[in-house]
Amino acid sequence: MKHRDYIGAKLGMWLFLFTEILLFGGLFLLYAVYRSVYSREFHLAALGLSTTLGAINTIVLLTSSLTMALSIAVLRQGNKNASIACQAITIVLGLAFLVNKYFEWSGHIHEGIYPDSPALLSRSHGEILFYGLYYVMTGLHGIHVIIGMVAIAIMASLTYRGAVSAENFNKLENTGLYWHLVDVIWIYLFPLFYLIT
Amino acid sequence: MGHDHPQYIGHTKTYVVIWLLLLGLTGITITVAGMHLGAFSMLASLLIASIKASLVLWFFMHLKYEEKLFKYMFLIPVATLTVVIALTFSDIWYR
Repeated sequence: MKHRDYIGAKLGMWLFLFTEILLFGGLFLLYAVYRSVYSREFHLAALGLSTTLGAINTIVLLTSSLTMALSIAVLRQGNKNASIACQAITIVLGLAFLVNKYFEWSGHIHEGIYPDSPALLSRSHGEILFYGLYYVMTGLHGIHVIIGMVAIAIMASLTYRGAVSAENFNKLENTGLYWHLVDVIWIYLFPLFYLIT
Repeated sequence: MGHDHPQYIGHTKTYVVIWLLLLGLTGITITVAGMHLGAFSMLASLLIASIKASLVLWFFMHLKYEEKLFKYMFLIPVATLTVVIALTFSDIWYR
């Protein structure tokens, strides 16, 4: 009988999430400093972002957190198929987020606004910083979304095979914790980049 | 084997309610951003974002139902970031 340390495994995941919070925290700090120094230019640059697309992405991720949490709840209630369905929907929502991001980024790149582009470099220093932070922070966040989607796909496969079950669901729970943090990071990214007034 | 997982109480309804609250708060933060609050605008968005983050942490991430250890542990990155941000701005603002 394999020894399992449920609390220990969960603790480990939370500790990893703390490192993620500090990672993004550092970037948010950078943002905060430059915004305080270049508040007018940040406001100007932010006009180039679509609040609608940002809001849609926020709703998409919030809903994906719901389906992720539900996937664990229904599994623990004994419904394996519903759990796999919820995990699948979570992945689809993650994909929707990435597709949205693709449209956003390609829109900016098409206008010539990307790191080190001549069009961007001709703008004010504050605007250059804004877009630098925008691409790095939403890009790093996007990478985390991809990682999360892969992890959930693996969980769906394990759930199907019975390796993740109502008695042994810690891997799914930890994957959920990771996914929710990705959502929390976006909860802060959205107002800071899309809702600057 | 059974002591690790006490009788599971379903949280399905709670999750849906929290989700609706999160959607509502998103609507509020967008509306507030449209109002001309000047300096308070950033404070308001951060406040609403923190409420949303707290809901996700407390309910979706299960922190409400975890042992006290997890709740206290979470204060560590929060305290670290607070100190780092405060120290940085105490420098920036007085240059």
